[in-house]
Amino acid sequence: MLLRKSKDLTYADVTPKAVVSNRRKFLRGAGLAFIGAFAGKRLFDVAVSPSVGAGTKLDTIKSPFSTDEKINSFNDVTHYNNFYEFGVEKDEPAKNARRFVTSPWTVSVGGEVKKSRKFSMDEIVKLAPLEERIYRHRCVEGWSIVVPWIGFSFSTLANLVEPTPKARFVAFESYYDMGQMPLGRYAGIQLPYIEGLRLDEAMHPLTLLCVGMYGETLPNQDGAPVRLVVPWKYGFKSIKSLVKIRFVKDKPDTTWNLSAPQEYGFYSNVNPDVDHPRWSQARERRLPELFKSHKTLIFNGYGDQVASLYNGMDLRKNY
Amino acid sequence: MPTSLASKFLTSKWTKAVLFLVCLGPLAAIIVPFVLHATIPDPLQFIQHGTGDWTLRFLVITLAITPLRQLLHLPELIRFRRMLGLYAFFYGFMHFTTYLVFDKIFDVHEIWKDIYKRPFITVGFLALTLLVPLAITSTAGWIRRLGGRRWRILHRAIYISAVCGVIHYYWLVKSAVIRPLFYAALVGLLLAWRVGDWLLRRRRAALAGALPQRTPVNASQ
Repeated sequence: MLLRKSKDLTYADVTPKAVVSNRRKFLRGAGLAFIGAFAGKRLFDVAVSPSVGAGTKLDTIKSPFSTDEKINSFNDVTHYNNFYEFGVEKDEPAKNARRFVTSPWTVSVGGEVKKSRKFSMDEIVKLAPLEERIYRHRCVEGWSIVVPWIGFSFSTLANLVEPTPKARFVAFESYYDMGQMPLGRYAGIQLPYIEGLRLDEAMHPLTLLCVGMYGETLPNQDGAPVRLVVPWKYGFKSIKSLVKIRFVKDKPDTTWNLSAPQEYGFYSNVNPDVDHPRWSQARERRLPELFKSHKTLIFNGYGDQVASLYNGMDLRKNY
Repeated sequence: MPTSLASKFLTSKWTKAVLFLVCLGPLAAIIVPFVLHATIPDPLQFIQHGTGDWTLRFLVITLAITPLRQLLHLPELIRFRRMLGLYAFFYGFMHFTTYLVFDKIFDVHEIWKDIYKRPFITVGFLALTLLVPLAITSTAGWIRRLGGRRWRILHRAIYISAVCGVIHYYWLVKSAVIRPLFYAALVGLLLAWRVGDWLLRRRRAALAGALPQRTPVNASQ
């Protein structure tokens, strides 16, 4: 289902996932009736699994922030996800997020701002020209990928709501709904997922408000319809499926920090010299490579741009 | 009679040969996707999780043999215990080897640092190390050399190994501990059965020991 985006098509014209899933439900039902049993279901899942083109094409411009490293395959990036709301195994979100309804969608922005308001997805994608930004993405678990994200600097949205001088941090919250995310119960972390950045980190031009990847809108398992990408921090800081943004005075709680404070700090900047208590962070596996042979770079290689944010800070203490 | 049929089936040399091949299934399931060039986003994790899972599973299956022999009245199951235990060691060894080769790229210094510094690796390494003497002394020759009693005591190390393996898994996961807890429950159940069995035997032995003493008294009356 490749839809070419024409001028008068809006974000809301994306075929609602509910319609797609109804169609699938019917097809699956019919298929099961004939094929029956587990093996049949297996085959059918493969037949209807969303391929490239499940999203809507987005027009983008190039970004100077892009790396020229080799991009991972779309298949890798959509079938190897940490999205605990849809299951804790890496291959689960691709299966379990298929019916996730992401339209209509609104993001509420408030707190210490002059103009708190809600944004529809349609409004968000029109806030600024969409850029393609090819970033390295380093997971705290020791693997990394290179992804062509689509979006614009988060600061664009932040400036629209005009944070007051009291705002020193930004708190982010993911969508959570036990009906659509029944596996969230077994995630072992507190949900809804919450994340946070210092205001200057959030306002840094590299911090991306992301609405797509690989030339299309975001697949559900990658955090549709809108997420954050903070490329110099471990992946879990890049919160998915955003619904709430608040500018706040005090450092906000963050999910993984609440879960295991000695393992996941508030900053969680990529740093080869600060080991995770359970494993070394000195090297990484650039998927789909088998060997953990890539040297991990301080700030994931974005030190030139972001190191100054942490001048005079002890990065071992503020991990 | 079904029991004799089952017994016939279990003592057939074919059953053991087929089981040997079946136990290689998990290895095939790990290798075949690579041969077919299937897209595996994270091949190292795929191999490590596969070999790790099957090490624990074979440990559990091996530990289940003794209770099953008694509960199902199928003493013939003993024929498969050594092979299953050796498969646990085999998958554990593969698990460690992939860590050595792909994760640490033969950096022995890094590995010692890991074992020393990281409890989940310490306990995993201990679980595998404990299996080494058991694998070596699994032959009939070694049973003879050690004598049945000493051999049995030595091979109780599998209990500690299984417990260490479960802890290794539990400490490894980031948050969702359901699966490690599932293995913990299985190993706990199998070990609890042994404790129960031991207590029962002791009581029976005590009773049996008390009886012959009483009998002569009764006889003399």
